[in-house]
Amino acid sequence: MADEIKVGAYICKGCGLGERLDCGQLATIAEREGKANLVREHEFLCNAEGVAMIQNDIDNEGVNKVMIAACSRRSKTEAFNFENVAITRANLREGVIWVRPDTDEARETTEEMAADYVRMGCAEIKYMTLPHSNAEAASNNSLLVAGGGIVGMTAAIEAAAAGYPVTIVEKSSQLGGSAAFEYKRVPEHMPYADPEDTGVAEMIARIEGDSKITVHLNSTITKTSGAPGRFSADISTESGSTTTENFGAIIMASGARNYDASQLPELGYGKTPDVVDQAGLEKLAMEANGGPIKRPSDGKEIENIVFVQCAGQRSTKEGHLPYCSGHCCLTSIKQAMYFKDQNPKIDTNIIYSDLRTPGAGGEDFYRSGQKKGITFTKGSVSEVTVGANGPEVKFSDLILAQEVNEKADLVVLATGQVPNSGVDIDLPVTAADEDIDLDNLVPEVKVESILNLTYRQGPDLPHLKYGFNDSHFICFPYETRRTGIYSAGPVRRPMDMAQAKEDATGAALKAIQALENARLGRAAHPRSGDLSFPSFRKEGCTQCKRCTVECPFGAIDEDKERYPQFNESRCRRCGTCMGACPVRVISFENYSVETVGQQLKAVDIPDEFDEKPRILVLACENDAYPALDMAAQNGNTYSAFTRVVPVRCLGSVNTIWITDALNSGYDGIILMGCQKGENYQCHFVKGSEIAHVRMSKIDDTLQSLSLEAERVATYEVAITDIERAPQLINDMAETVERVGMSPFKF
Amino acid sequence: MSDVIATNQTILVVGGGISGVTAAIEAAECGKQVILVEKNPSLGGRVSQLYKYFPKLCFPSCGMEINLRRAKANRNLNILTMTEVSAVSGESGNYSVTLKTSPRYVNENCTACGECEKAVEAEFDSEYDYGMKKRKGAYLPFNMSYPQRYVLDPKMIGTPDADKAREACKYDAIDLDMQESETTLTVGAIIWATGWQPYDADKIQPYGHDRFDNVVSSVEFERMLDPFGPTGGKIVRPSDGKEAKDVAFIQCAGSRDHNHLRHCSRICCMATLKQTTYLREKFGDDFKASVYYIDIRAIDRIDDFYQKVQADENVTFVKSKVASITEDKETGNPILHGVNTEGYQRYSNPHDLVVLAVGMEPSVAKDSFPIDVKINDNGFIEADEANGGIFAAGCSSDALDVNRAVQSATASALRAIQVVNRVAGTEG
Repeated sequence: MADEIKVGAYICKGCGLGERLDCGQLATIAEREGKANLVREHEFLCNAEGVAMIQNDIDNEGVNKVMIAACSRRSKTEAFNFENVAITRANLREGVIWVRPDTDEARETTEEMAADYVRMGCAEIKYMTLPHSNAEAASNNSLLVAGGGIVGMTAAIEAAAAGYPVTIVEKSSQLGGSAAFEYKRVPEHMPYADPEDTGVAEMIARIEGDSKITVHLNSTITKTSGAPGRFSADISTESGSTTTENFGAIIMASGARNYDASQLPELGYGKTPDVVDQAGLEKLAMEANGGPIKRPSDGKEIENIVFVQCAGQRSTKEGHLPYCSGHCCLTSIKQAMYFKDQNPKIDTNIIYSDLRTPGAGGEDFYRSGQKKGITFTKGSVSEVTVGANGPEVKFSDLILAQEVNEKADLVVLATGQVPNSGVDIDLPVTAADEDIDLDNLVPEVKVESILNLTYRQGPDLPHLKYGFNDSHFICFPYETRRTGIYSAGPVRRPMDMAQAKEDATGAALKAIQALENARLGRAAHPRSGDLSFPSFRKEGCTQCKRCTVECPFGAIDEDKERYPQFNESRCRRCGTCMGACPVRVISFENYSVETVGQQLKAVDIPDEFDEKPRILVLACENDAYPALDMAAQNGNTYSAFTRVVPVRCLGSVNTIWITDALNSGYDGIILMGCQKGENYQCHFVKGSEIAHVRMSKIDDTLQSLSLEAERVATYEVAITDIERAPQLINDMAETVERVGMSPFKF
Repeated sequence: MSDVIATNQTILVVGGGISGVTAAIEAAECGKQVILVEKNPSLGGRVSQLYKYFPKLCFPSCGMEINLRRAKANRNLNILTMTEVSAVSGESGNYSVTLKTSPRYVNENCTACGECEKAVEAEFDSEYDYGMKKRKGAYLPFNMSYPQRYVLDPKMIGTPDADKAREACKYDAIDLDMQESETTLTVGAIIWATGWQPYDADKIQPYGHDRFDNVVSSVEFERMLDPFGPTGGKIVRPSDGKEAKDVAFIQCAGSRDHNHLRHCSRICCMATLKQTTYLREKFGDDFKASVYYIDIRAIDRIDDFYQKVQADENVTFVKSKVASITEDKETGNPILHGVNTEGYQRYSNPHDLVVLAVGMEPSVAKDSFPIDVKINDNGFIEADEANGGIFAAGCSSDALDVNRAVQSATASALRAIQVVNRVAGTEG
């Protein structure tokens, strides 16, 4: 790589830029003020000839930094996709001429807007470096799978089939998980009519015959450190021996356990052996092994059986599960068929509130159940009592609108799944306080960690709702807050076996992708392919720990000397650490306090009496910036005094930018980030939220400068805010008009 | 268009909706060569026509932006729009695929400046808006279209409007002589992600979607919420443009029904629950929603969204399969007739507007796949070894919501990678 910086600035005259703007003047600005080494104008920069011109300058003129003054960075990305050079854009089309009216009186301020964007582009590119790939890049290509149930086995088989070695760590003495204790499974193939073999034995045989898969039974993961591409895990057996192995990525398939049915005494569980949960029925079916299923209390052949759906589920009662476990309706139909297929005369009644058998297979299976004579009753069970001849189910029949008391030989409670998601790292740590009432000390249920991560931010994946390690995003079910570690199966979300296998396969893909990314030092989604990573200047660091605490991905640990230790392949390049750092020692090669700070400084701030305020907009590149682009595309206009700078995430906004901007005479500042809070839309989890908190403290700065509080505003902006985003800018322009120009102009 | 290079280590993804886009990007980000073909002029598929997703009520375009950025940045991924697969032969690890590309009449010189659109006069039904709105003969399908490049309607070719469009373009981007083209490629594996189409509501005769203005389908209702859509983001009655504040939702319209789609389309319950929140969003407390249902299938942890809507006093749930709809000629109100099975009361309920929660039908008819794959009675591709190196992703495999479709697409990417890695292994 050439050490010498050579900036090429390219001014496009297409799309009306040539007619609306004085491009010759912009070229002069790029050369004189922007100090670009080479400046060219072009009639139509994104066509083959324009692109070839730039490529030629890169190849033959030594240009290694390219500043393109044309359309938005979101447009014509493929055309301006040059390798091995740093690239930036001055957004003259969506950012200037499309948001300004084409009138004589607007001409001057529009021109000034364009001139500033050219200055900003030149300033930014000077401080940007083409990212080198990660020096830390490591390339272990084997996978660690925590859990040897259906999910873990599927992940292992599928990853191995793609050529990747896999190690399964299973706590119990056998593979198969809960499925090993099931008689049959819900069918996964047409005609979706009958229960089928669980396939567990076949999977185990396949794993045993696959040289790429290693299995540790009776083992747990007692320590996990490192990062994608270079994880190190201690695998310990029950007997206490430990081996340490290295892995590229991890799949957490720790599954779910059955809800503790003894919490449902009102439904008779525990009062008689003839009330069982679904797992209990599987056990009876396995024992019967195709013969008649007998009731536990007296061995009588079962003649009628009642299934109670949603037992302790979909309920806000204390101790109940608030969610639906997804599989139980299908499972009850399957279990009713154990009886019907044996002897059609056995009465099987499934009492449900909503029967949930989705999709093609689900509905076909439900229909098959109806054909086999299973009774489905829409009802609400209030109580299961123990009568002389067995349990009795009391329920309201919601169709016939009557109270019913049904006697049964056996009652099956369709209880739900509880995820084995390990330690909830977001729970406040119990303080060793002195007020503990020793007499009434409740023995603390110790939750065992699944992964025992040595991460600064805790030993397991963060939990989402109800204790599941799910992704928060609809579009990105495998989004993880610990890069390279993917949860799959019912630990991620309640699900049935067929979906769990699909999920395991998807998670295996993501794990493979993570180690391939790590090999190349490449970022994972959403900044896929970004080769930059944070570096810090140790001399300046005060060990304040804000970066290690605020990193949404737990990427930063602390070293022995208590300095931050960046684990690049865990990093998602959001820049939240950079925004957090009070002494500004953290930077990326292509994004730093300087690359943005210099843009702010490059803007021409007219004299106070010119009545030309400057409004700085720091817009999240994921949502707010596209919203502004689309506003432009639709002909919305906003104040010509606006200067928009895209940021990776509001979390990356360092308050020094705000302070500097206020000190250098900006009249208003707007931060536009994504939705925060429970239903956050921030792609970096907490960035937007953190920024809102940081900005709530900016009032002190404003006060010390004797500036009005309303000069700085922080908003949540969605990508669909095509009307609102420009409106927010115009509102700020009005505010500035009202409170007056900043006195800090030089 | 640059020449497409493909080998038997290339993965072909058919369909550029969220499943196809996901499968393509996920595979490409593992370092694989991927060709993504989409029949329409833009990527995005059905989700691009949605206002919000359940249960978060967030915007689909947000995820699309990220996915497009990932796609644009990836050199392993080659995207061909207006392209269909016309023939497939061969076997896992070695397929020969014929691709047919329809003329767009606009080349890559297009800057999406919009001058051609201003110049032409002819208007046609907007596919994006299910025909509820007109668009120009030169058009960008929607705000986030990708490629961000205009299209000329083939019906305009040969008319003076086409010449006007060409004359308006300063960049030689309009090529009226563009012809349909065909190429044949070799690929190792194929991910089939052609998705779904809304079941034709006109076929449900007793509901009168073809006869009554104020009976719309759920996908049409969804378009009303788009500020750039046919009603500018307002929930109004098609008959008179009045605000529709008393809305009935009919579940399983065409699903779980022997006369129509036998399967449960999975998404419709959640979609309706979501759409009731649109009414609250637009009208505050001044609305009424009535949901006529068989079972509310708010499966797994998103059941809490159902609980939230149930707690809304303005939303009523009626367990009933609606028998028929008639129209009050004077008011234009649709009247729903049926029996509430909870208590067996007959009803004849008038509403301002009826939304039919239509089902998901596989986009490709059972007998029109270009190669023999195992398809179930409902028209979805079965996971079966007999399919060789062809893998279904998303709604071509089952009726799935977005989250599960993406899950399926991600899994299909691994299955395809297994094939091409095997090829790479044997070839060295």
